[in-house]
Amino acid sequence: MTDETAGTPLLEIDRLAVSYASRGGAIPAVVDLSLSIAAGESVGLVGESGCGKSTVAMAILRALGRNGAIVGGSVRFRGRNLAELDNAGLRALRGGEIAMVYQEPMAALNPSLTVATQLAEVPMVHAGVGKSEALRRAATMLGQVGIGEPGRVLGAYPHQLSGGQQQRVVIAMALLGDPALLLLDEPTTALDVTVEAGIVKLIAEIGRRFGTAQLYISHNLGLILETCSRVLVMYAGQIVEEGPAEALFRRPRHPYTQGLIACIPLPTNDKNARPLAPIPGQLPPPRNRPAGCVFAPRCAHAKPGLCDVGPIAMEPADAPKRQVRCVRWREIAAADVAVEARPARTPVAIGEEVLRVTALQKHYPVGEAGIGALISGEGVRTVKANEALQFSARHRETVAIVGESGCGKSTFAKVLLGLETATGGALHFAGDEISRTPVGSRTAAQVGALQMVFQNPDETLNPSHSIGAQIARVVRKFGIEREGSRIRARVLELLDTVKLPREFYRRRPRQLSGGQKQRVGIARAFAGNPKMVVADEPISALDVSVAAAVTELLMDIQREHGTTLLFISHDLGVVRYLADRVVVMYLGQIMERGTTAQIFAPPYHPYTEALLAAVPMADPRVTKREIVLEGPLPSALDPPAGCPFVTRCPRKVGRICEVEPPPQRRPAPGHVIACHIPLDELAAIEPVFSIVPDAAAE
Amino acid sequence: MVIFILKRLALMALTMLVVSALLFLLLELTPGSVATKVLGPYATPEQKQLWLAANGYLEPVWSRYIGWLGRFISGDFGQSIRFKVPVADVLWPRLWSTAILGFWTFAIMIPLSLALGVLAGMGEGAGLDRTISVTSIVTTSIPEFASAVLLSAIFVFWLGLLPGTSPMTSGFDWRQLVLPVLVLVLYDFGYVTRMTRAAMAEVMTMPYIRTAELKGLPRRQVIVRHALRNALIAPFTVITLQINWLLSGVIVVEYFFAYKGFGALLLEASLNQDIFLIEACAMIAVFVAAATQTVADIGYTVLNPRIRFA
Amino acid sequence: MSRPGETTGETTGETASPAASLPGTLRRAVGSFALLAESPVAMVGAGLVAFWIVVAILAPWLAPFEPNATLQPFAKPGAAYAAAGGTFWLGTDQLGRDILSRLIWGSRTVLLYAPAATAIAYAIGIGMGLAAGYFRGWADELLSFLANVILSFPVLVLYILIITTIGASGLNIIIAITFASAPGIMRIVRGLVLDLRNREYVAAARTRGESAWYIMLVEILPNARGPLIVDACLRLGYVVITIGVLGFLGLGLPPPDPDWGSMINEARPVALAFPHMTIFPCIAISSLILGFNLLADGLREISLRD
Repeated sequence: MTDETAGTPLLEIDRLAVSYASRGGAIPAVVDLSLSIAAGESVGLVGESGCGKSTVAMAILRALGRNGAIVGGSVRFRGRNLAELDNAGLRALRGGEIAMVYQEPMAALNPSLTVATQLAEVPMVHAGVGKSEALRRAATMLGQVGIGEPGRVLGAYPHQLSGGQQQRVVIAMALLGDPALLLLDEPTTALDVTVEAGIVKLIAEIGRRFGTAQLYISHNLGLILETCSRVLVMYAGQIVEEGPAEALFRRPRHPYTQGLIACIPLPTNDKNARPLAPIPGQLPPPRNRPAGCVFAPRCAHAKPGLCDVGPIAMEPADAPKRQVRCVRWREIAAADVAVEARPARTPVAIGEEVLRVTALQKHYPVGEAGIGALISGEGVRTVKANEALQFSARHRETVAIVGESGCGKSTFAKVLLGLETATGGALHFAGDEISRTPVGSRTAAQVGALQMVFQNPDETLNPSHSIGAQIARVVRKFGIEREGSRIRARVLELLDTVKLPREFYRRRPRQLSGGQKQRVGIARAFAGNPKMVVADEPISALDVSVAAAVTELLMDIQREHGTTLLFISHDLGVVRYLADRVVVMYLGQIMERGTTAQIFAPPYHPYTEALLAAVPMADPRVTKREIVLEGPLPSALDPPAGCPFVTRCPRKVGRICEVEPPPQRRPAPGHVIACHIPLDELAAIEPVFSIVPDAAAE
Repeated sequence: MVIFILKRLALMALTMLVVSALLFLLLELTPGSVATKVLGPYATPEQKQLWLAANGYLEPVWSRYIGWLGRFISGDFGQSIRFKVPVADVLWPRLWSTAILGFWTFAIMIPLSLALGVLAGMGEGAGLDRTISVTSIVTTSIPEFASAVLLSAIFVFWLGLLPGTSPMTSGFDWRQLVLPVLVLVLYDFGYVTRMTRAAMAEVMTMPYIRTAELKGLPRRQVIVRHALRNALIAPFTVITLQINWLLSGVIVVEYFFAYKGFGALLLEASLNQDIFLIEACAMIAVFVAAATQTVADIGYTVLNPRIRFA
Repeated sequence: MSRPGETTGETTGETASPAASLPGTLRRAVGSFALLAESPVAMVGAGLVAFWIVVAILAPWLAPFEPNATLQPFAKPGAAYAAAGGTFWLGTDQLGRDILSRLIWGSRTVLLYAPAATAIAYAIGIGMGLAAGYFRGWADELLSFLANVILSFPVLVLYILIITTIGASGLNIIIAITFASAPGIMRIVRGLVLDLRNREYVAAARTRGESAWYIMLVEILPNARGPLIVDACLRLGYVVITIGVLGFLGLGLPPPDPDWGSMINEARPVALAFPHMTIFPCIAISSLILGFNLLADGLREISLRD
């Protein structure tokens, strides 16, 4: 496998440039990219969407499609220039020497072929073995990537597997060709946090067990730090900084890397004392990049006449193996402005109770009714989306609901907003019981007082109407203003509030970037002066730097309007940063709730503990315990009888967990843990992560 | 799966029931007009009254409908007014002739359009794709009666190669079958080709095709094993539903070429108000269409593992 | 993550289109024409359709003879009119009527009835499709079942049954086409609504308490327009075929007014001896249908591109 003569890197990319042809001319996706990977090494390529990082992977495999082409530089693998490969050579390379793992495992697998067929193809093509031998190898490999029942999975179609299993199959497929290099393109982005943790662990093991070199492409700095020994930071088609992972994260030299790290909510951040510092401006369009430093227009340190003159080359930085593409890095490093903190905020005073949820229950009937059910013998089954939810939210407070997909957090939002009605319990909002009042039967005041910010920037706005018209409709609907010119004035004010130019009044949603669309969505939610805003994963679809700006904006407006914010998220990092109190949900039930400080320190619920351990940390000063949950999430149709978490709980006590619902334990006022483990035992668990203060020098 | 098939069949039965009720109401709601159609416009009111009483037409609508339906299901379609024989006697031979026509049309059209569609969809936007796409748009834009006229002008009038009509009065003659089949194929193949092309082109952009290519599989294997299986699910449905379209097409073609088939019979019956023959023809036509729809639905499920093993 | 389409996603706000300086409606009109110009296929289709629309409008000035006047039977194309001068560019039919004039006037028939019938079918089909897709439940089941029943008739069988029962007239043709097409339109609209109703902006409208019809008409329908415009073009082409087929089968408009399908039918007995009587109407009708089909294909291609 590792037959390289010492000195020659496995993969060597030299000044690569890739362009896509389009109707408007060539779009340069990658401008000047050099990188080398030694045998067995794991290298991270990190950057935001649109920076060209996936194009790099496709260029290595010469799979740029009909409009893409390498327009400069070279890619060498084991010393061979890949541009000179003929078709047969290319086929032997793909899958045999360089294999790939993709972002969406479901889409990457052929829906109408069994796993066995898709896996067996690889050794049959690359090792020339027969079908039965290929199947035997496939089964062995499935075992090695952590699939418990290889026999059953081999006979299955992709859609019959969970997301985590699908990704393990894709990884097995890649490894079956016995490649020397594995390209991983956002391999865990589509997965739930606790499933992601398992895949990350597997990927880290691959390097050790198989000696496979890896190029790990991701937007998530934390994941890169956890998986790679060396990192390259990419921006607008170029590498802007390169170096050993830990050193680079500890002392970023390029202003972009510094900015990126300052955008991530880390345990060292605090929404009041040390808020996030979003990078100003936007990624320049690929056909209209600035001359000189591509980051200059967004950089606080840019100097006219110095940074915007000519192309800037990579130069060695202060430590071995470190390079940076910045002419001022020495001055910037000397001034030690690595993290430029935003001015601190003063904490707000929490007011009286706005929302009280009491034993709230939402069950959905599913499946066939009538004749079909009689024939099949299946009665109507119930999805228990929400069971016995109990918590409250106060004026000006931020309450976060945390959980993975299918935990019922979005169902709760629907019931709260009146898009669904509860099947049990009560929901008091501003004094009124609204759990069974659909939105159509609520008073205008009730509807206006409770608004929502949505998840998906591409769906949150109606593509057929202008931005102004969509916000104006809300202003008119809730009777904030009635007369045409006053409505318009109010909409323009709202655009100011969300820091969008007033020209956007006439724009259509498709002319806006994702972050801008989310801002309009926030303006729309606040247009009716609501008492409470529900934000369902408002930043999960955004890039790191955009997400930071939207998070800060949301908090500023909340503060200004004195609104209660119900923040629904799967990301504990963000939740820790902005929430005052946290509700942790699993399979429709609350596992733990309390203040943010209570949730993030022992005693933990074992599920909270696992969730905490699964959050990738882009900070080498944070050390973390490893907890990997086994198995997939159970179906909400068929939840376990006792504790919902019992099937995956690493701290399961015994049979009692399977048969008896856990008791509510109260370690402190306002802190509730639903677990069979006694409190003193839970309190004795050591913290999941600890922060080691910076050493004086590297 | 068994439940699904049973449900589909039940739905089909219900559809047929509603169709039969609609037909019955449309044609036999007023007994007086039935009598006029059967006895002719010159029958006296007394004659009509006698006929109505003799044939049970004085009973309420619903009991007449049930009786009619019962006779219909047992195969008694009544007497043709125009041909003066039981409807079944003219219906079945005509249906057989049309089946021959339909068989040859499909036997030529399916392989042709699948091959062209797959070829075009494999290289979306390439020269071959554009040629095939434009050709198929042009041929679907020529209605059957127009292509029948144009092809007759070429092969009958100018070249004198083929007969201009296909009555088959002196037994089966394949030369008389050529033009009707050609016209039907010409109109239908473009649609199936475009549907196949669209399905194939869509599949070719799927991430799993990229996966297959980046596994290093030979191109042939990527196309045959990974692309075709997914791409041919949609055309299967389209082809089954073409039988419904073909039933429309044969009416025009049989009328034009004087081919003695089911379509010409239906038209003749309608134009002559041959009420029992119309009922039988329409019911048969709907039965064939509904049955193919059911087959298409079931087939789609069987071909698609995502639904089959839901 | 950085495929070519997406790299521009963050930046489209900056790129101004050349028509950006024009006022709203005019800008949109110019914009959609410029969009059409991007597809040669759509341009050819639009050209063919526009040609026949101009011919239909200018029929009284373009037609050399009275369309129903019996002048000189069985004249070959290009023959001169012996009695009063002038040329029968496309010949005459067995009754001596000028084929070119009948074709020109016949375009009025088809371009009047086809759009009218399609528009009515769309109004009904959209209403039914919105209701079925948005409310779902029993309304959807009932409407979908009715649509299924009507669609299970082979189309031409349905037309023949309707026309032979209610008689052949312009209004009845429109009724028959509406009855036969509305269920298909309903199905398409229903499918689009089922997809669009789950969008977040629809949820946003619901959370601010908008009425069901507001959501259907303002939030959902405008976003279904792309596929519906493409379908409308295809359907117009198909309605032209239908009107032609009905005329060809003798179920079209009552004589003597010119109608392309009827012209072919009337000339059929002598067609083998005088092919010009049938060939020219065939070319006319095919070119109009081709126009609609090419337009639909081009529009679909454009809509997929963006």
